[in-house]
Amino acid sequence: MWISRLVLTDFRNHARLELNLDRRPVVLAGANGAGKTNVLEAVSLLAAGQGLRRAAYPELIRRAGAGGWAVAATLETDAGPVEIGTGLDPSRPDAARGGRIVRINGEPQSGSGALAGLVEMAWLLPSMDGLFTGPAGDRRRFLDRLVLGFDAGHAMRAGQFERAMRQRNRLLEDGVRDAARFRGLEHVLAETGVALAAARVATVAGIVRMIEARHARTPDSPFPWAALALEGALEADLTAGRPAVDVEDRYLESLASGRERDRAAGRTLEGPHRSDLVVGHGPKGMPADASSTGEQKALLIGLVLAHAELLAERRSGAAPILLLDEIAAHLDVRRRAALFREIRLLGSQAWLTGTDPIAFEALLNDAQFIPVRDDGIGRQAVSPHPADDDLSI
Amino acid sequence: MARKTQGPEIERLIQLLARMPGLGPRSARKAALALLKRRADLLEPLSRAMSEAAERLRDCPVCGNLDTVAPCTICSDERRDRTMIVVVEEIGDLWALERAGVVNGLYHVLGGHLSPLDGIGPDQLAIPRLVERAVPPVTEVLLALNATVEGQSTAHYVREQIAASGVAVSVLQQGVPVGGELDYLDDGTLAAAIRSRRPL
Repeated sequence: MWISRLVLTDFRNHARLELNLDRRPVVLAGANGAGKTNVLEAVSLLAAGQGLRRAAYPELIRRAGAGGWAVAATLETDAGPVEIGTGLDPSRPDAARGGRIVRINGEPQSGSGALAGLVEMAWLLPSMDGLFTGPAGDRRRFLDRLVLGFDAGHAMRAGQFERAMRQRNRLLEDGVRDAARFRGLEHVLAETGVALAAARVATVAGIVRMIEARHARTPDSPFPWAALALEGALEADLTAGRPAVDVEDRYLESLASGRERDRAAGRTLEGPHRSDLVVGHGPKGMPADASSTGEQKALLIGLVLAHAELLAERRSGAAPILLLDEIAAHLDVRRRAALFREIRLLGSQAWLTGTDPIAFEALLNDAQFIPVRDDGIGRQAVSPHPADDDLSI
Repeated sequence: MARKTQGPEIERLIQLLARMPGLGPRSARKAALALLKRRADLLEPLSRAMSEAAERLRDCPVCGNLDTVAPCTICSDERRDRTMIVVVEEIGDLWALERAGVVNGLYHVLGGHLSPLDGIGPDQLAIPRLVERAVPPVTEVLLALNATVEGQSTAHYVREQIAASGVAVSVLQQGVPVGGELDYLDDGTLAAAIRSRRPL
């Protein structure tokens, strides 16, 4: 899948931006503050969820604009072009509920979840550089985002789990001791929690398989293979091959017996909301957070590429769109060249940003270069490519 | 300061209409204007109907339904099956089931669902009264609650409260909607439909 047309209206610093594209990677080059990442953010809103910065939708409105924002795009898929429109219109009565408008081929959708089965995307941002050293919550969110590519219902179940957990936490806080009041909520927690854990286990298993295939294909890849493990009681039980219904029963029992402990802690201490994705530097056999900054970045890129390849495999070759912000920054020349090679091989319409176009020299004839300025956007002469021109080497 | 454009009576009418669900200030103005223009055939009959309803409105002491007679028309209907009670969250749900004409039993309106976050516990709902009702000749209690986190956890709680009475408790089936195509269903609904499959 690839984007052939992108129109931004009053989005962040862009009053109006229109891009007509072919299927090759897109390089957005421009000075700091020109709004390159804003373009990536707009693209990320064509997928389900809150976008790559997870910003509140009103924050995306251009200050001097008319008081709303819109992103429209034509997505080219195997099944033909799909028109996607999304935005915020504060004058609409439902705007106060906090959602964004989503239209697919002009048809209004009830939420961005409708995009989950349609657009697949993966992104890497400078803010993710600390993923391996930062809090477990960041890695869990990263993993759940990966799961979403395979299980469109994952976000909905996560929402139900969280809702039931907040209700249970309130019962704990209010000092309620009537066990029957807890059991109803704990049943919901067990059912959704085990489903969440199972989807994670399945996704990690798929990525591990892809990492192994990649390693066998290019043993000397500059992106070291990552050793992945899921830390969490439910995930461990499922990985050990226990039937999901048994895991559910065990989790139910543990929630029941843990009520007093949870009450003392003021929150629910056990469940998929506490799990972690443990990543190791495979070739060196050490934890990822003990590797150098550059190596962590290379590990992360390898992980994202493996996931993208897995998505492509499930979609019989249709690679997801990759959003790679300031990607060249931490990479030496060898890794940069290897990344571009991988992108070409994958056939993904990757969107890359950077301050210096020279960093993308190796992509020169295989990408469309778009200079970004704060006051708008221009297009350099781009050699015309037929739409079905493929990038395989 | 904004100039006044109409008398206080009309202003008040607009303000009250704007409190109706589904109506904002603009649509309230539109509705008010329609009423004022059609004084004889709409405004006056509506006003009479409203004051009569307000005067005679009763909470049904048995099931929690709203009606102008107590017990309500449904509870007093001798032709209804007195062995079955259908439990719903709100009166709107009762109306929906009645509209479909699929229930011949009696109802019980809980008045919402359990939600600790909103400070709603069993005492705020008509659960104790349901437990009192769940005795012979009643043989089945059907929990027709919403398929939300709160609806499902409330169903679980109610089931436990009734368990001791020996009355059978059932819940609504979840799955493929009538006239629905599998291809368009979300994963959760499909999974529910598979789980609740039955022999043909």
